[in-house]
Amino acid sequence: MSVPTIKTGRRDFLKTSGLATLGLLIGLDAEAKPKNLSRSKAIPSDIEINTFILIRPDNSITIINPRPCMGQGTIQSVPAMIAEELEIDLASVKIIQSDGKRKYGAQTSGGSTSIRNLWLPLRKAGAATKEMLVRAAANRWNIAIDLCYASNAKVFRKDTNASLTYGELVEDASKLDMPTEPILKKKHEFKILGKTTKRSDLAERTTGKAVYGLDVEVPGMVYACILHSPMIFGKLISFDDSETKKIPGVLHVLRCERAMIYRTTDSVAVIASNWWAAKKGRDVLKATWDHSGLDKTLHNEEYFGRCYKAAQSEGIRFEESNDFSAKFNAATQKLDVSYETPFLSHVPTEPENATAHVKPDGTVELWAPLQGPGETLEEVSKYLGIPTVKIKIHVVLMGGSFGRKAYMDFIKEACFLSNKIKLPVKVIWTREDHIRQGPYRPGMVSHMQGFVEEGKIVGYHHHVIGESILGQVFQGLEDDQPEPWIGGEASVQTNKYRFKEAHKVSWTNVKTEIPIMWWRSVNASNLGWGQECFIDELAHLAGKDPLQARMEIIEDERFRKVLNTLAEKTNYDQKLPEGSGRGIAIVNSFGSTVACSITVSKFGTGVKIDKAVAVIDCGMYVNADTVKAQTEGNIIMGITAAIKPGIVFKNGVCQQSNYDNYPIMRISEAPEIEVFVMENEEAPGGVGEAGLPPVAPALGNAIFAATGVRVRKLPVNIGDVNSR
Amino acid sequence: MASYKINVNQKVYNLKADPDVPLVWILRDYVGLKGTKFGCGIATCGACTVHLNGKPVRSCQLRISAVPANAEFTTIEGIGEKSLHAIQRAWNELQVPQCGYCQSGQIMSAVALLKKSPDPSDEEIDAAMNGNLCRCGTYDRIRKAIHLAAKLENNLQSSIKK
Repeated sequence: MSVPTIKTGRRDFLKTSGLATLGLLIGLDAEAKPKNLSRSKAIPSDIEINTFILIRPDNSITIINPRPCMGQGTIQSVPAMIAEELEIDLASVKIIQSDGKRKYGAQTSGGSTSIRNLWLPLRKAGAATKEMLVRAAANRWNIAIDLCYASNAKVFRKDTNASLTYGELVEDASKLDMPTEPILKKKHEFKILGKTTKRSDLAERTTGKAVYGLDVEVPGMVYACILHSPMIFGKLISFDDSETKKIPGVLHVLRCERAMIYRTTDSVAVIASNWWAAKKGRDVLKATWDHSGLDKTLHNEEYFGRCYKAAQSEGIRFEESNDFSAKFNAATQKLDVSYETPFLSHVPTEPENATAHVKPDGTVELWAPLQGPGETLEEVSKYLGIPTVKIKIHVVLMGGSFGRKAYMDFIKEACFLSNKIKLPVKVIWTREDHIRQGPYRPGMVSHMQGFVEEGKIVGYHHHVIGESILGQVFQGLEDDQPEPWIGGEASVQTNKYRFKEAHKVSWTNVKTEIPIMWWRSVNASNLGWGQECFIDELAHLAGKDPLQARMEIIEDERFRKVLNTLAEKTNYDQKLPEGSGRGIAIVNSFGSTVACSITVSKFGTGVKIDKAVAVIDCGMYVNADTVKAQTEGNIIMGITAAIKPGIVFKNGVCQQSNYDNYPIMRISEAPEIEVFVMENEEAPGGVGEAGLPPVAPALGNAIFAATGVRVRKLPVNIGDVNSR
Repeated sequence: MASYKINVNQKVYNLKADPDVPLVWILRDYVGLKGTKFGCGIATCGACTVHLNGKPVRSCQLRISAVPANAEFTTIEGIGEKSLHAIQRAWNELQVPQCGYCQSGQIMSAVALLKKSPDPSDEEIDAAMNGNLCRCGTYDRIRKAIHLAAKLENNLQSSIKK
């Protein structure tokens, strides 16, 4: 296989391409004020910027994509923003991944930011480049600029229809100043953005030719399989590798370490000439660990026990209108209940893997499926004590990620081992390693209080309880501080509910040693469950239809349109057959609003999920089909999160290990899905995650509608909804 | 170490390996065909699905020493080598893959299904495809794409007959 190499600058490009001609390199700086990089070097910056367009004299065009693809389609959607304004056909463009260098700006695919943060900078990069090429053509023909126009990688003159390719103009264009305020297209002028476009990268994913991290092969490479502590954080006392060393192919057994963001744990690595030998050798290692205390601290029951205890006390206030407690105490029609969401594993089908080569000359090459090349470059540099200029990162396709491959522990393992033996080392985790070592979506509790008056929901309190990613992983949360990320997501500024009498959002940090991290849609998936099921409960308490009850407390026009569209697309007013129930939910997260409707029918003592419909308002978007695909995926992952087992730690050990005891949804369980995308000219919102949070509550509310059973703790056994 | 001979995509490969190496690693690391993926190692995810004499099997469960003498394997690289298989065309048409990592296995199962049942019902699809997990959640499209592939194939057959 070949891993594409990125030309890191114009000088490198000229040197390595062997062409005695110029390439044009375009970038934008922090304030999106374009600079002509052929004259001044890019200013390193941490802010969104950074795209590169390479045009060769033969008119072949390369776009450098700064957002790794984990399946969400950034490999197409990010370059599409440049292609639209540059007037080029995306299908004829070569796309390569950025390598983490700071001049490309923020490069992490995460937080559903790729489109919404790059929407203007990348379009400006395309538009500015186009304007330079048009100006170069006008100069060449000695005519006015407005007598020229760009189309399909050429500049045409309107009078004679003569044309010059971008390649023929690129040298002249590169000598011009880049316009600082290029004219961007209006939505109605878009040819690529906002349309349904086929992803040209998908073809090779159907022939086995696509190269994922696991498929990377480097000459002289050896393989590693690593023994981690069965209680994750155990201290290694000693190990016996006598059986391991008998296995043909085993080359080394080394003490290793797993560098998580906030702590480093012990491990033992078996390195072999092939991975199977390394795994066999790993499996017969005898290690002695000091696990003291971990049997108590890695324990679901203990953690959730403290969460429910916290639900009986006041939390730290994040926001409040009026005196909620006083009003709640005085209210006559009220509810006080708690909701629970489990710890979850990401389980992308491709397990963690990374290939690193720390070379004897002090340089490093790294190939890995990773979400954040920029962060990886900085982190690996710090970890190895090697400057970033000596490190080359090759971003390879991720076989799924869902947040996991933004965590760089497995990459650092490969670096650690290669640094020891100076050979290229490929680390591959097993499925069991993935499930038992974490990190996980945190399990959380939402303590909900609310009251109704005269048939209207007028009081609401969401007390979010659990461990914080900001606190545990980034050590960035004071004990007396409300969790700002979680508070923001639970806020009425986000969910747009207006409670006439009083509302409150509060927070209690219940800490745990169970390692947590972001998982598709992060805390919104925890919070949506409590919020949207509880609104449903309050609606019933008020004697109102759940949709109507929401409409009464939502003023926001976009939210109302989303709900009305959902009602229209699902024939909401039509009565369902006896034994069927419909549940709805609406959650705003990552800058987008998604409403979901799920219908279920009674099936024995449980229910069968018949259909899921989602309406997404993500503002303007790049590819309608990608928006739909992401939302379909969110529905499947959201239902899986609601009905399949969570991660359970008992006496220090994760009770799940592979798909046999940590099953995810299979095709026979997958309902029919319909997705509708709202059309407007609002700024783009996130697409990869926003579809997930409303799914579980829509299901919970549907179960209530069909059976009268109110589920408050996930996962729910849909085969028997009364079982606990 | 022992010597083995295996037939993959109608080519014979001679290799030396330990007897217990599972076929998925033989294919990937000894033969060099990386299209077959590793996902779970216990036959629960289907990412490693290949055909053994035309029938789908989980290559993570078959040790090289247990490979039958008459075995002819087909991997994703052997599907649609000259022109794309109807399943692959349908997959492209309906844009089935997201990350695509599981899709080699999905396609191997779907190709085998279509061979056995040229116009499968939803129930047949669910039964045949139930061993293949997709974490990206492409199931609804997989179902639709198999129906489309059946149609493409049937149209082709009837146009050949004409």
